[in-house]
Amino acid sequence: MELLSGGDIVVRALKDAGVKHIWGYPGGAALHIYDALFRQSDVQHILVRHEQAAVHAADGHARSTGDVGAVLVTSGPGATNAITGIATAYMDSIPLVVISGQVPSAKIGEDAFQETDMVGISRPIVKHSFLVKDPADIAGVIAKAFFIAASGRPGPVVVDIPKDITDPNIKVAYEYPEKVKIRSYQPTTKGHTGQIKRAIKTLLGAKRPVIYSGGGVVLGGASSQLTELARLLNAPVTNTLMGLGAYPGTDRQFLGMLGMHGTFEANTAMHHADVILAVGARFDDRVTNTISKFCPSATIIHIDVDPTSIAKTVAADIPIVGACDVVLQEMIDQIEHSGKRPDEAAISEWWKQIDDWRERHGIYTQSRYEPSGGSIIKPQDVIKALYKATGGDAYVTSDVGQHQMFAAQYYLFDKPRRWINSGGLGTMGFGLPAAMGVQMAHPEAMVACVTGEGSIQMCIQELSTCTQYGLPVKIINLNNQALGMVRQWQDMQYSSRYSSSLYEDSLPDFIKLAEAYGHVGMKVTHFDELESKMAECFALKDRVVFMDIYVDRSEHVYPMHVAPNGSMRDMWLSKTERT
Amino acid sequence: MRRIISVLMENEPGALSRVIGLFSQRGYNIDSLTVAPTEDQTLSRLTLTTHGNDHVIEQITKHLHKLIDVVKVVDLTEGPHIERELMLLKVKAHGAQRAEIKRCVDIFRGQIIDVGTNAYTVQIVGNSDKLDAFIQAIGDADILEVVRTGVSGLSRGEKALRL
Ligand SMILES: Cc1cc2nc3c(=O)[nH]c(=O)nc-3n(C[C@H](O)[C@H](O)[C@H](O)COP(=O)(O)OP(=O)(O)OC[C@H]3O[C@@H](n4cnc5c(N)ncnc54)[C@H](O)[C@@H]3O)c2cc1C
Ligand SMILES: Cc1ncc(C[n+]2csc(CCOP(=O)(O)OP(=O)(O)O)c2C)c(N)n1
Ligand SMILES: [Mg+2]
Repeated sequence: MELLSGGDIVVRALKDAGVKHIWGYPGGAALHIYDALFRQSDVQHILVRHEQAAVHAADGHARSTGDVGAVLVTSGPGATNAITGIATAYMDSIPLVVISGQVPSAKIGEDAFQETDMVGISRPIVKHSFLVKDPADIAGVIAKAFFIAASGRPGPVVVDIPKDITDPNIKVAYEYPEKVKIRSYQPTTKGHTGQIKRAIKTLLGAKRPVIYSGGGVVLGGASSQLTELARLLNAPVTNTLMGLGAYPGTDRQFLGMLGMHGTFEANTAMHHADVILAVGARFDDRVTNTISKFCPSATIIHIDVDPTSIAKTVAADIPIVGACDVVLQEMIDQIEHSGKRPDEAAISEWWKQIDDWRERHGIYTQSRYEPSGGSIIKPQDVIKALYKATGGDAYVTSDVGQHQMFAAQYYLFDKPRRWINSGGLGTMGFGLPAAMGVQMAHPEAMVACVTGEGSIQMCIQELSTCTQYGLPVKIINLNNQALGMVRQWQDMQYSSRYSSSLYEDSLPDFIKLAEAYGHVGMKVTHFDELESKMAECFALKDRVVFMDIYVDRSEHVYPMHVAPNGSMRDMWLSKTERT
Repeated sequence: MRRIISVLMENEPGALSRVIGLFSQRGYNIDSLTVAPTEDQTLSRLTLTTHGNDHVIEQITKHLHKLIDVVKVVDLTEGPHIERELMLLKVKAHGAQRAEIKRCVDIFRGQIIDVGTNAYTVQIVGNSDKLDAFIQAIGDADILEVVRTGVSGLSRGEKALRL
């Protein structure tokens, strides 16, 4: 067997785990590993400008490919800078392995230089973590970390490695385990047969069914099963913010997103449903509105790989623990085998009702906002122009705020893993580094980062990383000169007292800023130049383009749930109209 | 309702902090907790008492199970079970008090395990109610110090929590 140092083992194990790119930032405690990286070419290290961005970039890679993202940071400040990124991945169940350097074993606990208890600090926001105690354990721990991150409900795993463990002078035998087995960890995949039978019976008997699907369908690679089942049942489908793309956005059976900023038809259909099939969705508070008023007449079937997601906020009538691809396939097979079909008359009645809702207040059947014109560019129209310029086929990352909601509502994703955003934690600063991760994984693809002038400044330093590695992402900055989402809440709940949501003329000239990093900047202030500039932007295939688009400052995101105490169907449809 | 939850987990550093962290992170209560390795040195057995409605208890057991280091979880209070707790008390004991305390210890089937000129150290084993009752019986004023192990428990019969 080969004898290798701990540092070399880390890198070899990463390679054997299938890692091609690792995002990170060096520092004392990680230098043995960095030296090992230098002496090989299988694993490419990408140097970011801030550790938070390293994690978001690896996260973007993971979301767009389904692989585990990899990160390497040093101890102390390197580790703490990574925390926001880890929490972001944790909330959205994204598989990552984050390797952090640690002070030498003998110094742990002494408040040594750049010491921080990484395992302790990250404990509530990781799926699992390891502190490596022996160079001989490294390969096994890394293999376990990748297995845990990717299996069951995915999530980030931290591997903290003291500096002495990677000492170049201590060599041990290297062997990457062929198979990982952890006796205390066996995620369920196959659903309970009896429960699946009950679920099918309930679905076939439904008169007003709705399929409410979430991020779990994207994570579990179950889009084709979801689509097939929806077709079999002729049931309407709505997706959470995290589930967008898991069901084709342009399909007739798709009602759009549900929840706080969901469509009128999706939220209203949920409210009136008699059967809800929830799959890979976790009944988040941004979706349900007031729990006690949630979908009063629905029998709820809930499929989730994680038992803690089931009956956490909303009780499930038919809980099914299992992987959604396996469970949905089993449902399809059983329905086809039984030869039974749903009640055609009832379902067509239901569709009539839904189509009526669509006609009345749908955001896709009519324009629900004032038109753009002259120097007024509506943010919604920017997303529509982006959709057009990219043929609906781009990877779109986003930051957090109004622009995120407009992108979710108006860019109709037909494929999973195309919409990359921070839903659970809502991390401003996610968009640009995530776009880098996506672009690195898909060098030929169009990658757009929809952002706001607030969010982009939280990780803007990464424009430099884009320069170094030639990552030609397109930045679509919906510049409303305000922390728009905050300002919207201040309009609605605080009589327009704009406490710290405005910048008072302090915004940078984004064009010059982009140019300073060697990129192309484009300013758009008039509606009639929007489409052509957008096309020009995507024609510059090999360049980073920063499109600074001045959008209507006063626009709000609608629909918006009435809260507190509202139900799913209680929504503001505009500044003056309420359901 | 009070529950006794028994957890079989890997005897790894950090495993205990994950269990405790789970409770504080999610706002669950821990009323008592005891943990030690089992006959198999690679495993430890943790027993904790908590309270909450059925929904909360269900989430607690599910979350415990979700921890990677946890092998098995059982809510002992769901079935017939045996629970025991050990308490050591140091009580003031001089003059006539000495006989009185001795009698009380006998009634509760405890033992006096250390004797000083002015104090006794008493050991009592039983379920938590019995220990509470003993404290009541001898009266707070005389107690110098109390230490309790927290509850340990097993289910009755042949059912066993093991690999
Ligand atoms: C400004 C802002 C506004 C928002 N507004 C909305 C809104 O209007 N509507 C909305 O929906 N969200 C909104 N969100 C997002 C919201 O906060 C949640 O992130 C989101 O609703 C959760 O999506 P989800 O239920 O699909 O769960 P996810 O967080 O995607 O969780 C996935 C679930 O699937 C399970 N799972 C994972 N893998 C599998 C598998 N293989 N098989 C089965 N199950 C699996 C997991 O256990 C988990 O329960 C908003 C966020 C922000 C920042
Ligand atoms: C790191 C972080 N801090 C604060 C917030 C709270 N927050 C949510 S949206 C928002 C405003 C975002 O402004 P901008 O990026 O310009 O987007 P807009 O809403 O204007 O489109 C803020 C401050 C957050 N989500 N993340
Ligand atoms: Mg803004």
